[in-house]
Amino acid sequence: MKIRFWSEKTEKKKENRRRHHYDNNREISVITYVFLAVFVAMLIYLGYFTQISAKNIINSNYNKRQTLLESRIVRGDIISADGNVLATNVSDGEGGYFRSYPYRNTFAHIVGYSTHGVLGIESMENYTLLTCDGNIVRRIKNDLEGVKNHGDNVYTTLNTKMQEAAYDAMDDRKGAVVAMNVKTGEILCVVSKPDFDPNEVIGRWDRLNEDTENSPLLNRAFLGSYPPGSTFKIVTALEYLKEHGGNVSDYGFECKGSFEYKGSLINCFNETSHGWVNFDDSFAQSCNSSFANISSKLDKKKFASTLSDLMFNKELPLPFKYSMAYSDIGPSSSTDDLLQTGIGQGRTTISPIHMLMITSAIANDGVLMKPYVISEIKNADGGTIKKTKAREYGRLIDENHAESLRKMMREVVVNGTGRRAFDTEGYLISGKTGSAEYSSNKSLSHAWFTGFAGEEEPEIAVTVIVEGGGSGGSVAVPVAKRVFDAYFN
Amino acid sequence: MEKIIIEICRYLIIICMAVYTIQCFAVFRFGNEYDRKGIYLRQNFFMVMIHFMGFASLYAQKLDIRYFKAYLIQQLGVLVILFAYRFIYPRANTLIINNMCMLITIGLLILTRISYDRAMRQFYIVMGASAVTLAVPFIISRIRFFEKFKWLYVGIGLGSLAAVLLFSTVINGSKLNIHIASYTFQPSEYVKIVFVFAIASILARNHQLKDIIISAVIAMAHIIMLVLSKDLGSAVIFFVVYFAMLYVASKNLIYYLLGLFAGAVGAYMGYRLFSHVRVRVTAFLDPMGHISGEGYQIAQSLFAIGTGGWLGMGIGQGAPTTIPVVAADFIFSAICEELGVVFGMCLVLLCLSCFIMFMNIAIKFEDPFFKLVALGLAVAYIFQVLLTIGGVTKFIPLTGVTLPLVSYGGTSVVVTCCVFAVIQGLYIAKGRDNGHIPAPADFKTEKLDILEIE
Repeated sequence: MKIRFWSEKTEKKKENRRRHHYDNNREISVITYVFLAVFVAMLIYLGYFTQISAKNIINSNYNKRQTLLESRIVRGDIISADGNVLATNVSDGEGGYFRSYPYRNTFAHIVGYSTHGVLGIESMENYTLLTCDGNIVRRIKNDLEGVKNHGDNVYTTLNTKMQEAAYDAMDDRKGAVVAMNVKTGEILCVVSKPDFDPNEVIGRWDRLNEDTENSPLLNRAFLGSYPPGSTFKIVTALEYLKEHGGNVSDYGFECKGSFEYKGSLINCFNETSHGWVNFDDSFAQSCNSSFANISSKLDKKKFASTLSDLMFNKELPLPFKYSMAYSDIGPSSSTDDLLQTGIGQGRTTISPIHMLMITSAIANDGVLMKPYVISEIKNADGGTIKKTKAREYGRLIDENHAESLRKMMREVVVNGTGRRAFDTEGYLISGKTGSAEYSSNKSLSHAWFTGFAGEEEPEIAVTVIVEGGGSGGSVAVPVAKRVFDAYFN
Repeated sequence: MEKIIIEICRYLIIICMAVYTIQCFAVFRFGNEYDRKGIYLRQNFFMVMIHFMGFASLYAQKLDIRYFKAYLIQQLGVLVILFAYRFIYPRANTLIINNMCMLITIGLLILTRISYDRAMRQFYIVMGASAVTLAVPFIISRIRFFEKFKWLYVGIGLGSLAAVLLFSTVINGSKLNIHIASYTFQPSEYVKIVFVFAIASILARNHQLKDIIISAVIAMAHIIMLVLSKDLGSAVIFFVVYFAMLYVASKNLIYYLLGLFAGAVGAYMGYRLFSHVRVRVTAFLDPMGHISGEGYQIAQSLFAIGTGGWLGMGIGQGAPTTIPVVAADFIFSAICEELGVVFGMCLVLLCLSCFIMFMNIAIKFEDPFFKLVALGLAVAYIFQVLLTIGGVTKFIPLTGVTLPLVSYGGTSVVVTCCVFAVIQGLYIAKGRDNGHIPAPADFKTEKLDILEIE
């Protein structure tokens, strides 16, 4: 193969070529073709980057082009799964626009704001909302006429009914509610309290930012870091199940309101004596003494590996900022640490979204679906630009153990600490309550509930935390029930 | 009004560039320069249009008379280069002249947008470099004994690199520049040309094992000195140029494969030995994960390209100054952001058409020394283009070299003008001497006499 761009085709030349001793043109051609191939690959890559990968990359806070783009593009809308507009640009009548959030405080943290820095979906999709993928002819026409093009719209997985139910149920208590579809990973609602009105961020910026006591700008659902309390018994129970091959029917314990082991003392909540309990009873009654007893029998090394499987001390498959769950259990942990961790106290911390992901894996036969909140990007004409597909993250829990845990969590609602979630119409709730002590004052505790529900099989999972709310069973469970009701009714 | 001008110019510039690029390849359909005349004239028209519209757009935004003056003087300067070449060398290859002027035009335009002062400085350097290198084709096409100075080339090359290693100060972790009086220059740039001449003179007519070993030792010495002064981009270019020349001279595929193997080993050693190589690799693999540190430069470059998109933001409408070293190493990102990825791709193809023309000249050339020189310079040119454009688009790890003739940087411009002029000289010589330059008088070979190629 020889490159012959110049038409040298006469016989004479061919003759010469054959005779020529120094003819290393073949090698030169090879080098030319190698470079051509590399450049073609590079151009294809550059095209792919521009069309596909750039869309993800440019949505970064380090990209400083927001104001530039806002001067030429009308920021797109953010729309809920049920078609309600969560954020939109409204004309100010003088050719300008301002950002409006019709639901005000309700979606504050998850939708975020774009007016003073960026937060939430406004931040995640900052440049998507400022990119116009509409009809190219009209785009050029608008450009030439000096009319602003409309940016792409972001469709979310958020469910307005559930979000409002969660928002109202939390009332003015501090805490967070977050829910997801266990079979798809769609995030259905995200509420964090205290909140703020994204319409008024500019005017109140300093006050919002300086309020370190309430931190209203902090999205507690993702960035909150709480002691898990008794909800962690799910993890302890899973470890015990794993170490006993799923067979725990011969477990029994006489609870006298407290448990003492090698100098460590664990009390039951309100020092209630639960009497003789088997494994399922211990879980349903959330018996600290029995779980301290269970913990004392666990293999620390295996426990650490289970925690790692459940993504403690690890990155989560989440498209937004979150705080990493912490646990310091390892082969060298002290007995006291082991017992405290086993009942969800000690130094263990977790975010509500992480607790939700563990719950949702249990509900989905042990498999975690990757959580996502952006379902689709459409251009202003409604044409789909990008669609998120439900994706498996992977198996966190063995299928049989997940089934055992589901039965135990149902028992919590039927006979245990979660009885306030029992009375439902057309669907069933299962879950685990928690009352996590968070200070030296033992009477103060965060109220937790994490659970799932469905008509035949589990469909959605909800996690609730009320800061300083007291008992999970009486405070967090009713909030979760209202969120479940909003979904199923 | 301002908006309309900006938008019209934005689209027209892309169209002009696309047509120009198509014509770069259309010329290959014709066998001789005479038939290509029409195309060449049209190319000049589109070049002038791009420069005009770019400045119209800039002027509409800045409303500063300086930009009008800059426009006139730049346009005049580029046309002077164009016509001087045409006038002095009527038998020169016009595609190479056109592309050279086009690259200069694009460079001046985007530099003016980034920094007026730098653009003007660059302009004077370009003019000076062009004036000086205008003599190069004459010298190359007349003087026949370049082949004899092999040890001089080796001496200049190694001497210059050693001087950098000994006397230069460290900037951004690399030793690159030498200061003489108030001038700063980068020896690794011109050593590229000297190195090609050195290797060509060693390997052109002899490629026994002994010669190959000598050439390999010399190449190694250059590369090691570059690595020691942490000028990795140049080290890689020298490496690739050497193996390309060795492969062509020896006609032995083994050397090609050996080159690949040595490259792999060298890359691995570099990765293990040098922290700055690891930094580049980290930044390449996950720029977003290390955005506040190693990945910052490349992430800013990707933001620029990605936000600009296919059609760009329009000249003056983006934020290219958020990219570090945008005028030199990251000029391609600025071009993509403001003029569009379509324009950027055309620019890549334009460089590629230069390369194909260079290789064509190498193929047509009969004299083994100049054949190797043309090949070596062509490979050095295109590989540098690959390194810079591939680097800033994250196609390959970033090595920090300039885009020849477009990037800001005196030595780079002078040297690239020189490379273009050398190739032009070879083309002219080939046209005049029917493709071969007689060997030096004391060099006897019957091979060169029996040949007569049109």
